[in-house]
Amino acid sequence: MSSDAAIDPGISGQAAPDAHEQRAFGFWLYLMSDAIIFALLFATFAVMVNNTAGGPAGKDVFSLSSTFAETMLLLFSSLTFGLATLATKAEKSGRVLAWLCVTFLLGLGFIGLEIREFADMVEAGAGPDRSGFLSAFFTLVGTHGLHVSFGLIWILIMACQIAVKGLSVPVVSRLSRLGLFWHFLDIVWIGIFSVVYLPGIL
Amino acid sequence: MLGKLTVDALPLYSWVAMGGAVVTVVGALAVMALITWFKWWRILWSEWLTSLDHKRIGIMYLVLALVMLVRGFIDALMMRAQQAVALNSEGYLPPDHFDQIFSSHGTIMIFFMAMPFMSGLFNIVVPQQIGTRDVAFPFMNSVSFWLTTAGAGLVMVSLVIGKFSTAGWTGYPPYSGIEYSPGVGVDYWIWSILISGVGSTLTGINFIATIVMRRAPGMTLMRMPLFTWTTLTSSVIIIFTFPALTVACALLGLDRTLGMHFFTNDAGGNMMNFINLIWIWGHPEVYILVLPAFGIYSEVVATFSGKRLFGYTSLVVATAAIGILSMTVWLHHFFTMGSSASVNTFFGIATTIIAVPTGVKVFDWLFTLYRGRIRFTPPIMWTLGFIVTFVIGGMTGVMLALPPADYLMHNSAFLVAHFHNMIIPGVLFGYVAGFMYWFPKATGIILDEKWGIRSFWCWLIGFYLAFMPLYALGFMGMPRRMEHYNVAEWQPYLIVAALGAVVILLGVACLVIQLIVSVVEWQKRRDHTGDPWDGRTLEWLTSSPPAVYNFAVLPEVGDRDAFLDMKQRGIAYRKPDRYQDIHLPKNSGVGVVLGGFAFVLGFAMVWHIWWLVAVCALAMWVAIIVRSSNDDDEYCLPAAEVEKIENARYEELAHASPPGGEDAPGVSTTPLQENPT
Repeated sequence: MSSDAAIDPGISGQAAPDAHEQRAFGFWLYLMSDAIIFALLFATFAVMVNNTAGGPAGKDVFSLSSTFAETMLLLFSSLTFGLATLATKAEKSGRVLAWLCVTFLLGLGFIGLEIREFADMVEAGAGPDRSGFLSAFFTLVGTHGLHVSFGLIWILIMACQIAVKGLSVPVVSRLSRLGLFWHFLDIVWIGIFSVVYLPGIL
Repeated sequence: MLGKLTVDALPLYSWVAMGGAVVTVVGALAVMALITWFKWWRILWSEWLTSLDHKRIGIMYLVLALVMLVRGFIDALMMRAQQAVALNSEGYLPPDHFDQIFSSHGTIMIFFMAMPFMSGLFNIVVPQQIGTRDVAFPFMNSVSFWLTTAGAGLVMVSLVIGKFSTAGWTGYPPYSGIEYSPGVGVDYWIWSILISGVGSTLTGINFIATIVMRRAPGMTLMRMPLFTWTTLTSSVIIIFTFPALTVACALLGLDRTLGMHFFTNDAGGNMMNFINLIWIWGHPEVYILVLPAFGIYSEVVATFSGKRLFGYTSLVVATAAIGILSMTVWLHHFFTMGSSASVNTFFGIATTIIAVPTGVKVFDWLFTLYRGRIRFTPPIMWTLGFIVTFVIGGMTGVMLALPPADYLMHNSAFLVAHFHNMIIPGVLFGYVAGFMYWFPKATGIILDEKWGIRSFWCWLIGFYLAFMPLYALGFMGMPRRMEHYNVAEWQPYLIVAALGAVVILLGVACLVIQLIVSVVEWQKRRDHTGDPWDGRTLEWLTSSPPAVYNFAVLPEVGDRDAFLDMKQRGIAYRKPDRYQDIHLPKNSGVGVVLGGFAFVLGFAMVWHIWWLVAVCALAMWVAIIVRSSNDDDEYCLPAAEVEKIENARYEELAHASPPGGEDAPGVSTTPLQENPT
């Protein structure tokens, strides 16, 4: 049910379940479930971090500068998404589009750096099939990257919807869930930075 | 072009496998021919397959579950037959085929029989029981169903094209790794589980949101019927633990497909990590399945004893406690892994503790029955059979929970007897009780009691015959999953077990006969009242089958037994002054499309047909984008139309015997005994 018309006031006195509230709640549930996936990938990484099988360890393959740049891009993309949300509240669709655009570019930059990092590692003989440690690394970081890529596609779709439909109630509601998703990925990245990269480099 | 797929994939390696493939293909073709013959395609598509009505989705889940029950049960019969004859001989099944059968039996019974059965009952009952018109996310509901069906389809296809896994239903590495299982079997297992697992997760999200956000006014948490409570708890466990299954299977798939080293013997793999991951899901899964069954028993016991449920609060607390404890016991599946004594002790104690809330529940049911006027209908028969038999399984479970004892019984036939003792009388009896209890609600037809009772006795006796010998065999040292053996003392027990399976076969046949008899005589068996059992909870307020909107006017709840309370106050069937327009979700074919592409995607992943994987993934993306850009997904049922439907219902009620009246099957007219909780 996607509109308030589904409500049946009057006779039963029922405060109808608000469709968008339900969707927000359902999306939180999804995020919790997704967070468990990441938690288990983190746990798997922790179990396998020393299983380098004679191959490279974290300190051999991680680069602080590249990781720092990725972190900055993603953190700033969260900020610009926040600004898009503020513009949504102000009902200024042009500004929303502009901030979404910036967010998209920052996210794209993040993915670009990550792909380059992965490609460099594979080229240096440190691909996911080299050791248990590298399998766990590529899978954890890659799953996050895949999520960011889905987020990028979602941003594009929302930009199209805003351009066509304007800031209608369903569009704003979808934007709010995209925001939850985007900030969630930021939090996961902070986990990756502190559990995977920092101990590896230090 | 076709990846690893060649003509060698056809099951020409044994006549039994050929037979299975032929039966599958002929069966599918026959069903399609029948549908074409009766010209049902159009109505099937527009009224059922694309329906977002939770009641119809629920019925489709039940159809899927019953079909897969038959398939899984045939596997069981074949195993019992093999073990009955395979003393000092190869029996009639080659080892590789036997291994496929026990793997598919477990996979099917858990993922494609029990899970759909459970989701089906959730769908049919929960929205009505909490007094709402639909689930929170009707479209996602359809997607869940079609993803589950896609997974089931993959398992069925493995019967015809290629082979299924031989690694058991939990697929332990390193055996399930590419080095020891180079075929496609394990990939079929992985992809059928990954795809249906997404469906189950979405179902969990859907029912939590539905129960938390959409209850009728007045239905506080502590007024929710027990089945709703157990659905909620089970859904919470689903969203917390299915990710572990997804991760375990995905990582195994990465090992197999991309040559990674999560669980391999060499290059830093850690196979015990898989076993931890799969049981972090696997043990809670038992409770995901059994808690809703406990909910069904609670409803059935109260209704057919004509009494308020004894110890409602303790039942709710016990349910929640089991939900939490279920996530703290997984290691008891592999005490023999060799963890330290203190780790094993922790999990041993946690496991025995779960028996406490479960025991509380058993006493609550017994006290509800105590001094009740019990009507011995099929649902309560299944419940009584459950209570007695489940206690035996619970006690053997506590035995297995003690690490030193487990070292002796690990992987023996005793274990097989134990978990079947939990899942058949615990889960399956409950679902069948629910099936017979709510069948009139879902379809408007009251099932034949005679055949229901016959089925019950066959299942009960068959169960004891089939599994008590396995307890003994465990003590005699018989390991599980033996294709042949050379210990002559085992054979008599295995022959008895096979006879038990035959008796259960009679039970399955009785179920089918019951269904056929009831549908053929449907006019005689119509439930005109909507309340055939003198029910206590809100689902019995609607007509049978309910109107598409369930409730023309959303009910107000004043008591735990909301409907009984309304009947006693004489307001259950009061006509409202006016009706309002009702908005309902439009049908959508996108769920079918997503399920279809998921099926092909899984198939293509199994056979490494990469271009097809890309095409399917893209198509699924497009379908999701198109659907999510659609803001016009509802239609309006005008008030006049609602009034027409409701007037017809009141007309029917007036001509029917009064609800809960003398003519209703087995209903007592004496005042109901109340039991303070």
